[in-house]
Amino acid sequence: MSATLPVVASLFGSIPEPMVQWVVWPTIKFVIAFAIIMGIVAFTTLVERRVLGFMQARLGPNRVGPQGILQFVADPIKLLLKEDIVPAGAQKAAYFIAPMLPIIPAFLVFCLIPFGPPPTFAITDVNVGLLLILALTSTGVYGIILGGWASNNKFSLLGGLRSAAQMVSYEVPFGLSIVGVLMLSGSLSLVEIVHRQELGVWNVLPQLVGCFIFLVAMTAEVNRAPFDLPEAESELVAGFHTEYSGMKFAFFFLAEYASMLVNACLIVILFFGGWTLAIAGKGLTTETMQTMGWLGLSLGFLIFAAKVAFFMILYIWFRGTFPRYRFDQLMELGWKWMIPLALVNIVVTGIVILLVRNGGA
Amino acid sequence: MTWADLLFLLPEIVLSIGGCLLLLAPVIGGRNNGVAAKWSMLLLLVATAAAIYVAAGAGIPSLALGTLFVADPFAVFFKLLFVVVIAMITLLSAEFLEDGRYSAWEYYSLMAFALCGMMFMASGTHLISIYVGLELLSLASYILAGYYKNETRSTEAAMKYFVLGATSSGILLYGMSLIYGACGSLHLEAISQAVATMAGNQALIIGVMLLGAGLCFKVAAVPFHVWTPDVYTGAPTPVTAFLSTASKVAAFAIFARIFYMGLHSLEPDWNSIIATVAALSMIVGNLAAVTQTNVKRMLAYSSIAHAGYALLGVLAMSEIGLQGVLIYMLVYAFANIGTWAMVMLLRRREYAGENVDDFDGLHKSAPLYAFAMVVFLLSLGGIPPTAGFIGKYYLFAAAISAGYAWLAVIAVLMSAVSMFYYFRLVVAMYLKDGAAADVIPSRQVRFIVIVCLIATLTLGILPERMIRGAARSIAPIVNLASR
Amino acid sequence: MTDPLMLTGVSLALFVIVGAIAVASSILVVSMRNPVHSALFLLLTFLCVAILFVSMGAEFVGAVQVLVYAGGIMVLFLFVVMLINVKALPKEKVFTATSMMGVLMGVLLFIILAIILASGTWAPAVNAPENLRTAVVVKTTPVVDAGGATIQTETVTRDVVGNAEAVGMALYRDYLVPFEVASLFLLVAMVGAIVIGKRELDASEEEAIPEFIAKKVSDEDRLKEVTGA
Repeated sequence: MSATLPVVASLFGSIPEPMVQWVVWPTIKFVIAFAIIMGIVAFTTLVERRVLGFMQARLGPNRVGPQGILQFVADPIKLLLKEDIVPAGAQKAAYFIAPMLPIIPAFLVFCLIPFGPPPTFAITDVNVGLLLILALTSTGVYGIILGGWASNNKFSLLGGLRSAAQMVSYEVPFGLSIVGVLMLSGSLSLVEIVHRQELGVWNVLPQLVGCFIFLVAMTAEVNRAPFDLPEAESELVAGFHTEYSGMKFAFFFLAEYASMLVNACLIVILFFGGWTLAIAGKGLTTETMQTMGWLGLSLGFLIFAAKVAFFMILYIWFRGTFPRYRFDQLMELGWKWMIPLALVNIVVTGIVILLVRNGGA
Repeated sequence: MTWADLLFLLPEIVLSIGGCLLLLAPVIGGRNNGVAAKWSMLLLLVATAAAIYVAAGAGIPSLALGTLFVADPFAVFFKLLFVVVIAMITLLSAEFLEDGRYSAWEYYSLMAFALCGMMFMASGTHLISIYVGLELLSLASYILAGYYKNETRSTEAAMKYFVLGATSSGILLYGMSLIYGACGSLHLEAISQAVATMAGNQALIIGVMLLGAGLCFKVAAVPFHVWTPDVYTGAPTPVTAFLSTASKVAAFAIFARIFYMGLHSLEPDWNSIIATVAALSMIVGNLAAVTQTNVKRMLAYSSIAHAGYALLGVLAMSEIGLQGVLIYMLVYAFANIGTWAMVMLLRRREYAGENVDDFDGLHKSAPLYAFAMVVFLLSLGGIPPTAGFIGKYYLFAAAISAGYAWLAVIAVLMSAVSMFYYFRLVVAMYLKDGAAADVIPSRQVRFIVIVCLIATLTLGILPERMIRGAARSIAPIVNLASR
Repeated sequence: MTDPLMLTGVSLALFVIVGAIAVASSILVVSMRNPVHSALFLLLTFLCVAILFVSMGAEFVGAVQVLVYAGGIMVLFLFVVMLINVKALPKEKVFTATSMMGVLMGVLLFIILAIILASGTWAPAVNAPENLRTAVVVKTTPVVDAGGATIQTETVTRDVVGNAEAVGMALYRDYLVPFEVASLFLLVAMVGAIVIGKRELDASEEEAIPEFIAKKVSDEDRLKEVTGA
């Protein structure tokens, strides 16, 4: 790493080498990634409204700047300047902490996601990376459930409880759908999983069922339509964040979009070859990109970004097209269909792997 | 590891699959409580066949599994005893559950899982395999104790049993972790080798103490006995029979295996503690039982005392001592289940039949049952023509030959005390007039009482086969201990 | 991946700080009067323990700790606490004479155990690098020779990459049967929860269930009914 950027590295000459490798570099990368993600998240809100407008044959925001492009700057400013209201019967401490809780894991996860060819675009490569990502995303529910409880509002509480039930239920198929990929790649490291795909085929082909379950579960995980029951406006006003305003509300918003981005990144890495465009080791592999220098690395990042953008649009597309599920249907779908399907997928994958290995080797 | 390596776990495999099938069966065949017992008995028969098949030497543990489980005669002895005991309890439960208020299918399924756990305990030679078996048994027992969920007493019993049991499991586990830290292994033979060179290692002794405390809770020995009377009284009577026999026998199986196989060379460090526990159990259990008017409570205290007697066999650390434990468990199981069958016989409502008064005048209405009850009580007290005498004889002899004459004296004195409260029931049955005129036993209860009666008398009068069987069963463990 | 915590003193400082937070928050779990607050401090304890696991090189256990305890179990705890809606327990005197005796006994026991355990001698650590980094794997290869096809097995020693694999080896090979027994244990726990928790509905309550939930009416029929088609 210090070889690729000797000039910058020399700045840290006085700091011991492990410190540079394990603390300084990741911090710098994370700060850059954080800034970019904040930008993307803010921009996504604009894209969402424009795309929804397009789908529903209306305009969407188009007043601030050319084609409304500056709307994503105007929104945060508005939210920052809004009055911050605390309901009378609220649990003060919990009400205050709740919006921060989902933000922390949502952004921490980006430390573990490689955005492009390593080592430049991977902040860290932990050997239990995927598990850690699952662990972190699973803690995102606390902000929602706590916010719903602390608001002292029935709609908020119901929204929070619904969301807790939903996220816990869909975490199971979310995790199980990945197992097939893990069995194929034999590693929990995201870089390794991508590497396996460029040597063979994208996991979406052998793991079509897994990919489908993942897609459904990742939509339900972030409470997006058609699984957006926690904030079903016709029943629950706005769900858990009914009482939140101003920047606290923005935090929930930010966390939701950051989680969407994480999940889009994950599905790209797990099932769609990450930053590579290669089959059976031919095409744009990590190695080719690394030999091409900066150009190749940027190309990898762009490919990754394009794939992620597709799935972000897909989220919006879902919202534009599917009607919302009823709560009992949602639970039934999760427990009676997704989880058994995911289990069957694991068993079948295991059997096929065993047969192929024993027959082939 | 191949499928053949798993053959020696056949009874456990049969039971775990059968337990799942019992859960699923109502989905297909409907919830007919009366049929559940029949299917459960069939499952137990298959499990017995599997256990006998293994006993005949069909399966030899593979290298990978052999470190965790064995299929030695000791394990086989206990497995067969467990199956018999659970079969009897299943028959006892049949009538109890036929009222249809509570589903019988889950009950028998939990019973099957508990039996599975006990079998794992009996054959485990690694503290991890022993522990998971113990936990499987314990969890099923907690649920069974609270099976009458609409009865406050049953729920209370389950709650107390669960909270205290979970704590004791924690203590047990902490002890195991310290032993692991000191010895570097959880395998009993490895522990035994490591322990031989480290007498006086304080961390190890603390570990053994905590392990012993956890085990004493499971066998209900003083001072870890406080849960026993409440749980035994509150639990549905067949479950009480299960807890006081099957559960206790299984706990003694691992108690004996751990101490004889793993910790025998550490004996100077733990013998005084176990001796104290045994003495206290006998004294407290028997003296407290004297004052009880509730039969279930009295039998609960008496079972504490019996744990004390059986501990003498563990304490003795000799061939005759271990033999005594096995024999005692066998005769205790039959006499105890017989007694519980009698308690259930007199049941009129859900919980009745449990006051001493309920036995009044039983002699007149049902002389055979009154006689059977006398035999069971004599056996529990250890009076000669019955099997209980043989068991106590071996335990006391072992204690004396190991130099614990004072304990043997306490044991004999306390046996005399126990005869006092056992005879209160006899007096009630033979010398009082009472309402127990309308005893209509179900076929199953009648069968169990007769089986237990025959077993108790036969084992008492012709004990040679039992003694020889016990001697054969303990051989591998005693060889190991004397090495 | 080399140990990132070889920085001098950092791991010690981390241990002290995180351990102190873990202990403090676990004390708060039992002393808080609001059950939701208790649950949240329990969550904090779990997270701190996870960090301690990671700092000892057990990343897998740390991640699983967060995934299972923080992500699953504690959410359900909170869920139940909120459903029951216990606002706060009534004020009661916590430091009674009995509980002070308990505290005293606990402290004494802690001191005794600490003294004894500190002086105890321990078996050599099994997580020494030479023990952990290799695994003996049985490799099977089909061989076709004159006598037909046979399976040849050989044992290969190879490096274990990361502790996810080491945990996998322990659970699915060395301790396979206890692992399966543990799964039976979970099944029993589930059966028990349902058996004890399930309430038999009486006839009037069964009537009260909306028909579309009791599945007496199919979704299509209901749609027709609602839309009037």
